[in-house]
This record gives sequence, C-alpha cells and structure tokens, in this order.
Amino acid sequence: MSFIDRAAAALADPVLKTAVERTAGTAEANRAVAVEAFPDFAAARARAAAIKDHVIANLGEYLERFEANAVAAGARVHWAGTADEACAIVVDICRAAGAKTVARSKSMLGEEIGLPHALAEAGIERIETDLAEHIIQLADEPPSHIVWPAMHKTRDQVSALFRRHHASPHEDESIAAMAESARRHLRERMLGADIGISGANFLVADTGAVCTVTNEGNAELSLVPPRVHIVTAGIEKLVPSMGHAVHMLRMLARSATGAALTQYTTFYSGPKRADDADGPEEMHIVLVDNGRTAMREEGLAEMLRCIRCGACMNHCVVFRQIGGHAYGGTYPGPMGAVLTPALSGLAANRDLPQACTLNGKCQEVCPVAIPLPTLLRGWRERSWREGLEPVTTRWGVRVWACLAKRPRLYRFATSAAILGMRLWGGGGWSRSLPLAGGWTRHRDMPAPEAASFMAQYARGRRR
Amino acid sequence: MTPASSPRVALFVTCLVDLIRPRIGFAALRALEAAGCEVVAPEGQTCCGQPALNSGDRDSAVALAKSTIAALEGHDHVVVPSGSCAATIREHYPELLADDPDWRERAVGLAERTWEVLAYLDEVRGWRPDTVCAATAVYHDSCSGLRELGIKTQPRRLLAGVDGLALVPLAGEETCCGFGGTFCVKYPAISNAIVEEKADAIEASGAELLLAGDLGCLMNMAGKLHRRGSKVRAFHAVELLAGMGDGSAIGEEG
Repeated sequence: MSFIDRAAAALADPVLKTAVERTAGTAEANRAVAVEAFPDFAAARARAAAIKDHVIANLGEYLERFEANAVAAGARVHWAGTADEACAIVVDICRAAGAKTVARSKSMLGEEIGLPHALAEAGIERIETDLAEHIIQLADEPPSHIVWPAMHKTRDQVSALFRRHHASPHEDESIAAMAESARRHLRERMLGADIGISGANFLVADTGAVCTVTNEGNAELSLVPPRVHIVTAGIEKLVPSMGHAVHMLRMLARSATGAALTQYTTFYSGPKRADDADGPEEMHIVLVDNGRTAMREEGLAEMLRCIRCGACMNHCVVFRQIGGHAYGGTYPGPMGAVLTPALSGLAANRDLPQACTLNGKCQEVCPVAIPLPTLLRGWRERSWREGLEPVTTRWGVRVWACLAKRPRLYRFATSAAILGMRLWGGGGWSRSLPLAGGWTRHRDMPAPEAASFMAQYARGRRR
Repeated sequence: MTPASSPRVALFVTCLVDLIRPRIGFAALRALEAAGCEVVAPEGQTCCGQPALNSGDRDSAVALAKSTIAALEGHDHVVVPSGSCAATIREHYPELLADDPDWRERAVGLAERTWEVLAYLDEVRGWRPDTVCAATAVYHDSCSGLRELGIKTQPRRLLAGVDGLALVPLAGEETCCGFGGTFCVKYPAISNAIVEEKADAIEASGAELLLAGDLGCLMNMAGKLHRRGSKVRAFHAVELLAGMGDGSAIGEEG
C-alpha cells in the first residue's frame, strides 16, 4: 500500500482519530503546562541542543570513552554497522547463553533494526514487557508512536485483546482491573526470562552507564532478574556525563508527557558485582550505527540530536489526522519523515517529506530545536534532483517558474487565467475548476477579480 | 534614503493577491499611505518563488529570488501582505544565495528591509487605523508569519483600533489550517481533514468574520466554510484596517 492509501484508510477510521486525539491532545496540553512552569525553557532547550551537537561533532571520541568506561564497569561492548549485524550480535549472545525466552523493554532502536523479527527467526520467544508493547504484541501490530506504541488502540479494543489472550482476564472494565490483568499475565513470564533486552535513552560516556526511563518499572523488572542483559542503542544516544544526562532527562519527560520526570529512571552500570544483591551476570551493549554516521556526513547531523520524545508528532496536524501507521516506517510524524528516507531510502518514501504543511510547529516544540522543516525541505530538494517527483508536479512548478521569471509573459498568462476562471465559474464561488480538482474536491474556489492587481495598477487604480 | 517620516515603500503584492484578490493589494496601498509612506508597486514583480522552494526545485527558487530582488531593491522598505512570502524573502533568500558572491549582499540587503504589512504598520510605523467595522471576528495566525517572523501581537494591536470590531477567541488559533501551499492539492484528503477541524473551530467561535494575514490560508478556510454552507465571511486583516471591511468578502462577487 502506498502512503496515500494508508493515509486514506486512516482518515476513514473514526476510532483511530478518537484514540490519537485523546493521547496526543492530552500530551499537548500537559507539555504546555510543564514548559510554562519551567524557568527559562528556551535557555534549557538551547543548552540541550548544544550538548547534542557537541557529542555528534565529537562522536568518535565519546564512543571510545563510553566503551572504555563500560568495559571497566564489567560490560562487553559490541559494534554493529548495520541493522542485520546488530540483530546477528544479539541472536548470537542469546544462543551462547542458551536462551529460550527474552523479556524486552520497549526500544525503538530494536524496532528500527528489526529485532522482534530476528528473534522470531531464531526461535527465541519474546516477551514485550512495556504495557503498550504488550498490547501491540497481542494484536500483532507495529508501534504507531515512539512513546505510546499502542496509541492507536482504544480502551475497548485493549479490553477485547486481553480477554482473548490473558488466562485470567479482568473482571470489570476499569483501567485498574485491565492493568492488573496485564500484570498477572506478564509478571511470571518476565521473572522467568533467560535474557533481558533493552534500548537506551542515554549512554553516559564518563561512567559507561546506560539510562532507561519508563513509567511502569518494566525495564527494571525485565533487566535485573535474568542472567544476561543486552542493550541495543543507537550511537547518537551518547551524552558526555551524568550531569548532561540529567539535563536531557528534564527536557525529555516534559516534552513527551508534561511530567517533570518519568516514574522510573535507572542507570545500569555493568553486570552484578560481588557485593550486589542482584543483577545480571553478563551485560552486553550493542552500539548501532545503521546509517547514523552517513546522516552526519550528508546534511542530517541535526537529526542526530533527537531524544525520541514524540513532541513533534503530538503537535503535528498531519500526524493528528492519520496516526503513526500511515507513515509506514518505524518512526512516524515529522521526525520519522526525516529519518525514514535516511534509513529505508528516499525512493520508497518520497511522500513522507512532502506530506507536511511546513507550518513549523514541530520545530517550535522540539526540546533540542531540530530544524525539522529545513531538513524536510532538504529531502524535497534531493527528491527533485533525483527525478522522484511526479511528472505533473515537475511540469507544473517549471511552467510556473518559467512564466514568473518573465514579467510581461506572466502578465499575459495571469490575464488569461483570470479570464478562464471567470468564464468557467462566473463571479463568486466555484464548486469545480479544471486542473484544480485537488482543491475543489473539498472546498470552493473564489473567482478572481476582473483584472489582476498589476493590470489595475497599470491602469492607474490606487485605492 | 529619504527621511523615515516618509519612507519610500515598494509594495510586493504577491502572486496570489495579484491573481485572485487585488483588493488586498489596494487595501495595503491605502493603509501604507495613511501611515505616511510613499508607495509604489514595482513593475517587475511576479512570484517570490515559494512554490519552487517548497517543492525542492532549488534552481527555479534561486532564479525567482534573483528576479524578485532585482524588481524590489532600491526602496527604503519592501512591504508584503503575506507572512509566508515575506518570510521567503527575509529568511530564505539569504540562504538560497549564500554561496553566490554576486547576489549574497543583495539578498541580505533586501531581506533586511522587507516586512510583512501588519508588522510594518504596527512596529515600524506605529500606525493605528481610523476605520469602522461593526462585527465580531476571529483572527487566525498563519504559520509562516507566526513562527518565522514572530507576527502575533501586531495584527491584534492594529485591529483593536478598528471601531466596532470585537475580536473573539478562536480555539487553536495557532494551529495550521492545512493549506501548506502545494500540500493542499498534493494531499487533498489530509488537508481536508485538517481544514474541517479549523472550520469547526471558526464556526464554534460564533464570529461573523474570519481574519488572517495570508490569502492562501484564507482561501483554504473560506473555501471550506463556503462548501459547508457557513455564513462566516473572510477578509485579509489589512482590508479592515484600510476601511474596506464593508465591501465584498473573499468569494463574494462585487
């Protein structure tokens, strides 16, 4: 299915609209309150962007520092250039440990590299422990949002899924009863898993620690009891120090949900030590490039600032209408429209940078000030250069530009257009207009005045 | 340079106003003259190149930037009745021509003296209207003007001076209307879903008039409102400021 078909299907789904509006609308309202209450959010945002820019500019140095400190803490660090390499490393670790089941704490990087699929291929059972990831695992669907993977589902749909899949489902339809049903179902499976797999919200270079944030505590419960903890993380997740990590955390939680902090914020530093009460025996950190260094070199360095808060999509008029699945990639919304062409090719995703009104709201709410409209324009330029735009668009823009470069010819063309529009539609509003079907399918078109401004001005009209 | 008390202003009416609603250009002319400016509409002007810029056709965007600069430079100020076209000149021309030694300075020079009309009347001229329009109205903040040029308070300060006009709140006044230039014809179904919600909000406000500073957005919202059978009438804000709010609204013949 094409983007336009997926978008049409989404637009025809009123339940989806309700679900997206409920969650994104709440997030929008709560973020506004949190940002308003924050002393000088603009300065904090500028600092967050500067921290990320500094790391991205000095990526090699910070990666080496992180590796040295993680190894010193007892972790093993693996390097993966591609998604396939990353999956192969994870599967090898699972096999070496004789693992049959893995408990996974929500990770968009894991989705990006196709880890759920790779684990299934390897015959390893995967237990998604984040509540929303659990819901979409039951529904056999991909995530539709980077913070709320099941945002497209309503409570009624979730209730039906739980009744079908849980051994002892909720007795009443309250949220608490449904959460309890998921807890009963998930807890024993989590505690029995051989391996815990997580992503990372931040990689702290000066301690070698990995930071995760959750609101359910599922990361902690799925990463501490198993014998092995595997982290898969994009190399752009680095921050220089704990102080920087804490600054980014303040930006992340507020931008995502409006909360001052997530319920659980945990720093994992190496495996269980001799005097630790619990913890995994092995900790593996898989650092994944998957196109990131290429993005840095090819004009998308600012995109590597992204801390995956989801504010851009929560505030996007297009996302709010079509939801996440219509984008067709791991990452939806404005940040996805920039990332997906880089990850999966522009030709197959040329609609994503185009399906945007360039209204600038995403950039305004981005906690690291990524110039998303500029980056989307960059993809549009590349799409034009590579001849990926439809012939009608290419000719339409070229003919227009060709006329506009020649004022006399342009005056003649505008006069002809005005005459044509008025002959077709008369005065007032038109319900249809040749070559303007995209417009008049949904709205009326006002007839132009009898002559253009420049023609009237040339004849001496001044008022 | 002439004294600031009577600046020579080049009025860049924009391609959409030139083609569809010249009345906005004449309203801008009238308001600028009332604000003490000496106004001309230079002959060589056509389109700022925004459709090419946003379609990725950089070569055409550069060519139109050059022809627009050549047409408009040589005045104290350039004034534009559109936030997005003014932003194209102010924010994008210097970037488009940054690597061209012959044009870089000219692009920056034009950018520095280019203003959106409402911001210009308010901030630069400190002008207040002396007109009457007895109606309730909502004001929609067009995205480029709002986010690229910081136009928010200027139109409201100016409209407060229109006798009889009562601005009422519009829910989501800073939310995009779904126009997006070529977006609205490339992705009509998505654009329609967005503008339907905008029309809901406008109708829920109870206002008689819809005002904004960009004709593209106004045509999108007014065209949707009319298709729905709404009685809300739409004007560019400068039409009311120039005392032209008693005439035909967008789409009305006359």
